[in-house]
Amino acid sequence: MSPFNTHRLIKDEATEKQVFQVRALVTGLLMGLVLVLLGARFAWLQIGHHESYAARADNNRIRIQAVAPNRGIIRDRNGVILAENIPAYRLELVPERVPDLDKTLARIEEMIDLSEDEILRFRQRLGRHRPFERISLRLNLNEEDLARLAVERHDLPGVEIQPYLTRHYPFGELLSHTVGYVGRLDTADLQRVNRENYRATSHIGKTGIERSYEEQLHGKAGLERVETNASGRVIQTLERTDPQAGQDLRLSLDVELQQIASEALGARAGAVVGLSVETGEVLVLVSKPGFNPNLFVHGISQDYYSALLQSPFRPLFNRFLSGAYEPGSTIKPFIALAGLENGLITPESTVHSVGHFRIPGQQRRYRDWRRGGHGIVNLERALEESVNQYFYQLAYDLGIDPISEKLSQFGFGQPTGIDLPGENSGVLPSREWKRARLGEPWYPGETVIAGIGQGYQVVTPLQLAYATALLASENPVPRPRLVQQNSPAESLAPRVSSEHRQAVFDGLEAVIHGSRGTARAIAPTVGVPMAGKTGTSQVYARPQDDDERERLIVPDHLQNHALFAGFAPLDDPKIALVVVVEHGGGGASSAAPVAASVLQRAMLEPDS
Amino acid sequence: MNRTGWQDLFGLFPRPRIDPVLTGLLVAVMAIGLAVIYSASDQDTGTVIRQLVRYGAGFAVLLLATQVPANVYRSWAPWVYFIGLLLLVAVLFAGVGRGAQRWLDLGIVRFQPAEIMKLAVPMMMAAWLHARPLPPGLFSIGGALALMAVPVLLIARQPDLGTAVLVGAGGLGVLFLAGLRKRYIFGMAVALLAAIPAVWVNLLDYQKNRVITFLNPESDPLGQGWNIIQSKIAVGSGGLTGKGWLAGSQSHLEFLPEPHTDFAFSVLAEEFGFVGVVVVLGLYLAIISRALFLAGQCRDSFSRMFCGGLVVLFFLYVAVNAGMVSGLLPVVGVPLPLISYGGTSAVTILAGFGIIMGLYSRRRFMT
Repeated sequence: MSPFNTHRLIKDEATEKQVFQVRALVTGLLMGLVLVLLGARFAWLQIGHHESYAARADNNRIRIQAVAPNRGIIRDRNGVILAENIPAYRLELVPERVPDLDKTLARIEEMIDLSEDEILRFRQRLGRHRPFERISLRLNLNEEDLARLAVERHDLPGVEIQPYLTRHYPFGELLSHTVGYVGRLDTADLQRVNRENYRATSHIGKTGIERSYEEQLHGKAGLERVETNASGRVIQTLERTDPQAGQDLRLSLDVELQQIASEALGARAGAVVGLSVETGEVLVLVSKPGFNPNLFVHGISQDYYSALLQSPFRPLFNRFLSGAYEPGSTIKPFIALAGLENGLITPESTVHSVGHFRIPGQQRRYRDWRRGGHGIVNLERALEESVNQYFYQLAYDLGIDPISEKLSQFGFGQPTGIDLPGENSGVLPSREWKRARLGEPWYPGETVIAGIGQGYQVVTPLQLAYATALLASENPVPRPRLVQQNSPAESLAPRVSSEHRQAVFDGLEAVIHGSRGTARAIAPTVGVPMAGKTGTSQVYARPQDDDERERLIVPDHLQNHALFAGFAPLDDPKIALVVVVEHGGGGASSAAPVAASVLQRAMLEPDS
Repeated sequence: MNRTGWQDLFGLFPRPRIDPVLTGLLVAVMAIGLAVIYSASDQDTGTVIRQLVRYGAGFAVLLLATQVPANVYRSWAPWVYFIGLLLLVAVLFAGVGRGAQRWLDLGIVRFQPAEIMKLAVPMMMAAWLHARPLPPGLFSIGGALALMAVPVLLIARQPDLGTAVLVGAGGLGVLFLAGLRKRYIFGMAVALLAAIPAVWVNLLDYQKNRVITFLNPESDPLGQGWNIIQSKIAVGSGGLTGKGWLAGSQSHLEFLPEPHTDFAFSVLAEEFGFVGVVVVLGLYLAIISRALFLAGQCRDSFSRMFCGGLVVLFFLYVAVNAGMVSGLLPVVGVPLPLISYGGTSAVTILAGFGIIMGLYSRRRFMT
């Protein structure tokens, strides 16, 4: 048998059993003691330190996260929607649920034609997110892609179509420079906002009204207390403070006028600015060409963006706000006022126009636009026919200081303070300005050409429009605004006597309604008496020699810019309007008709 | 139902040799276990059903084990023991498993030979000691320690520190119950303390890490310490009465690792609170007391020591697991018996109780 059975010696079963039972009792007591001690440990954890562990359990699972507010709607003065939030769908991937990322991307690519750019950006985002977080592959899916994805989605795990609200600009290009656009929030944007309030926000106003009223439009982020699991995924929402939607904005803009102005400009580059003479409200604000702001919302492709940047027509350039043009002859009414106010001329003073002007003792001839001149002209005719020699003489007699003093009363050389970002202040030259800027003294010749808006002075179309409104109004005019504020905007009020104002009005009326007026062709279109002034902004300095001048053929892109500044109706001015047509040639032929179309429509409106 | 009528009903079958008190206690713990598994598996009925099937299989083995008389176990002991040793050696060369080689893949079933040793070591030591005068002399003790040490070292090599400690401590329990003299007990305690540095040197890195993070879990709160910290949070946040069944945030939000296996006790403590813990520990204490009582009634010293060793082993499961989830012991993969999800240990434990009940039922010569 087994070796275990053979050498048993003395076996005292009774004693052995007793010994075992004693030992078993001891063992049992020891085990009981250990279990009681373990129970005490649990009591220590569960009763003694319950509160601290309960708090740690809550900290584990509860996280506070922000909820993005809905952005405010932007409307025009008649309630037409200019910027809205519309439902859209985006394609998202949850990496941890995608079994084979490369294969899945390849399949999606077959369906919706992903660009390399999109895949690259997706992969960049992939590295920055945790595997359970959704990463968007494409925003704003079109219906075709949506349909194709919907069919295949059931066997693409981790691929999701997510509804969301996206910013949409129904007028597209028409308001691209005015309303602006929103784009994806980047680190630079975070510098200018309260980060806490933007924790859930994906887009921020980048330009235009969207940028300058970002704070009102954005609203206040809500908070959510959510329960998360160990990897941070949200399981359920425990508590929610709803976000406060952004404020809606009503612009003073009239989108119908805007459309008319844009159509009147046609394919040409340029700007149209229309202001309410009474309130300074902006009624029309066009810069052409524009671009489709909706593309910036969904993330513009690199190709399209470089095309925009490289286009010779500079569609991204805001002409009414940042464009700096020589005012040309549109400055003449203001020079005239400077002369009248300084007592150098009266409306009856005359100049004999012979076709050119010479500073006494100098050889250089400053030409008139008409060879041979206009004969003997008073102020009214000087304005009507835009007689350069009259204003050469006047400017020369005035000197630069009174000119620049008077022009600055009309807001030249300073930003208008409109509620849009990126305004150019233009240049109003003076002795001090030239010394500070160029370190040179002022020359009398520069005063002469300043009389016809040439030389150093440049203006933005908006500036010129505001100056025109100031000229047209008896009363102070508030600085231009797109959105009415609670506190009225600061006003400018140039010192002009009504007698002198009337004298200039007469000249500007004659420009349109006079028999020799430079813009007399538009008089029938507008239908109401109005005032205006044409102008030409030099792009290319022409030779002073007559013959050479005649022979010169100037290519399109060196053609002068055409300007028009005016207001209507004449007896009770309501709207001040400026038109700039780049490379349009003459102000009368290309800029004035645009102004006429807009004014015609504006005069039909009961409220403007 | 009186006892005779109950026995007559099974007249045609071998006499069922189960102890109703112990069986009732075991069923009560298993029922609690199913409730905990249901909650910890995120209410997956499939998991619960699989566990039920295992309990069924475990009970079949239990019933089978009750039918085997003591002398058969005694004569099997060397064979079971040496086959177990061979399998442990085989595992070292052909085992499978993540990180540690613990499993033998027999095509149809995968099982851990170490499980066999949980039964075989007490069986073999009991048989060895039974054949010699009691209390054991030095030679008997040396032999018994060697019988224990060989499989323990093999298991530790897999490496499976938890099971090695369990088997080793179970073997020491057998020796103690055999009536080991106090001077030997004292001598062995001194020897064990002296051995600690040697054991430490031979530990694998991951085992050392576990001990280090156990001593200071905050040193690695996201790695090794995570389990201990999260388990303590689960237990502590349960409070007196718990968060309610199925409502434990630690368990259901994936903070707790392996909530339905090694950390099932944390789930229980979180959802049923201290009250639940006391109930479960009380049930375990009742099982241990009843089983020790049954062991003490057995006819021969082999049966008593074998049964006693199995009870010590069962107790160690409970104590190590409870110590682990409450942060008193390092994380070693020891399940909470009859509550944690898993087949092998449930079957081993139920087989053990089958053996105890069977041997108890033969306490008189006539039965």
